[in-house]
Amino acid sequence: MITVKLKYFGQIAEKAGIDEEQLTLVSPNLNTLIKDLSQKYDLTKLNFSVAVNRAQVTTNVTLKNNDEVALLPPFAGG
Amino acid sequence: MKRYDKQIKLKQVGQDGQKKLADAKVLIVGAGGLGAAILPYLASAGIGKIGLIDGDCVDETNLHRQIIYTEKSVGQFKVEEAAKYIQKLNSQIKVEAIKAYLTAQNAFMIINKYDLVVDATDNINVRYLINDICVMTHKAFVYGAVHKFEGQISVFNYKNGPTYRCLFPENKQAAGSCEELGILGPNVGIIGTLQANEVLKIILETGQVLSGKLLLYNFLNNQQTLIHFKKNEHANINCHFHQQDYATANKGISAEKAIKENFILIDIREKQPQEHGSHLLHIPFSQLNQAVSRLDENKNYALFCQKGIISQQAVQQLSNYNLNLYYITDNADRILNLWQHEKEKSIY
Repeated sequence: MITVKLKYFGQIAEKAGIDEEQLTLVSPNLNTLIKDLSQKYDLTKLNFSVAVNRAQVTTNVTLKNNDEVALLPPFAGG
Repeated sequence: MKRYDKQIKLKQVGQDGQKKLADAKVLIVGAGGLGAAILPYLASAGIGKIGLIDGDCVDETNLHRQIIYTEKSVGQFKVEEAAKYIQKLNSQIKVEAIKAYLTAQNAFMIINKYDLVVDATDNINVRYLINDICVMTHKAFVYGAVHKFEGQISVFNYKNGPTYRCLFPENKQAAGSCEELGILGPNVGIIGTLQANEVLKIILETGQVLSGKLLLYNFLNNQQTLIHFKKNEHANINCHFHQQDYATANKGISAEKAIKENFILIDIREKQPQEHGSHLLHIPFSQLNQAVSRLDENKNYALFCQKGIISQQAVQQLSNYNLNLYYITDNADRILNLWQHEKEKSIY
């Protein structure tokens, strides 16, 4: 089991109702985490990038204890 | 020239830097909240030529954040009002005011004339358009966007660096604009000012440009988050270019605009509507293709659905017809409420 910190932005934070949280994970697999969060907060229709420890990741990675995972949607307003 | 003394004094600027600014040609896409914050700083710093493109007019609801406009500007074209403002601020610089929206048809011609592009739009599709043309013409673009109390800034395609498509490869969602979601004036001002700062750094070749980095700003708790990202060689623009990504780039309008400008509203939801009228039609999404021949090409139509997502798809799907079709970036309940309200106003 590992604990990770989640950071949410824009529409994702609105859907989740919070802008950060700590989660204890059974699986350290990033894709599994994203899939679970998408279901939990109904994010499937949203477009977002994922960053681990403040660097974007585009492939699946194995998370470590205390990693920070950020979900980043594009913003539209201006 | 005395007016620039205080910036020339900085060793990062100097006489050489001031000449670089005077020689620079910068295009600002969008004269809304971000544009209104970026423009005065670039003009007063002595950028030699500033291009400004926007087809919109000033609305009373813009005034709280688009601070270069006055009460007298309401109803006037934004770029014309902005050009007057800049000329008063700095008569020594050139301004090209383009009274149009950036589209797939005009983007290459316009962007190609400038050294650097500032994205001050409120539309994600236009951002992909700016990105792709900047990649094709080897120009950097300074990105800024806001979402309620949050902002994002980055510099894309700087010296062949990562692009918007490297950070956001997919374009599948309709994200909200300031018109729909609401915004505080200073928030959009902060992001615009940071964009202006990146523009000056790029021209002066000083400091660390926000290339390969996305800065996120939270205005409620003042937290800043810097995310690093790399160039993705698979984020190829060729497979997207001229595709329908841009077809609806400027086709999203507010409920207020659609109603005020007498667009014919079309409810495309499948369920039976409560009422019809000459300015409110009901054509379910599934029947649009058959019904399209009945629409008049001299009229403006504004499609709406529950959330503004299906209606955007519908406009995209019908983009080959010679019709003035738009979609309303708002939810059906609010649109119908506004419509009802306007109708009652016109009766009494």
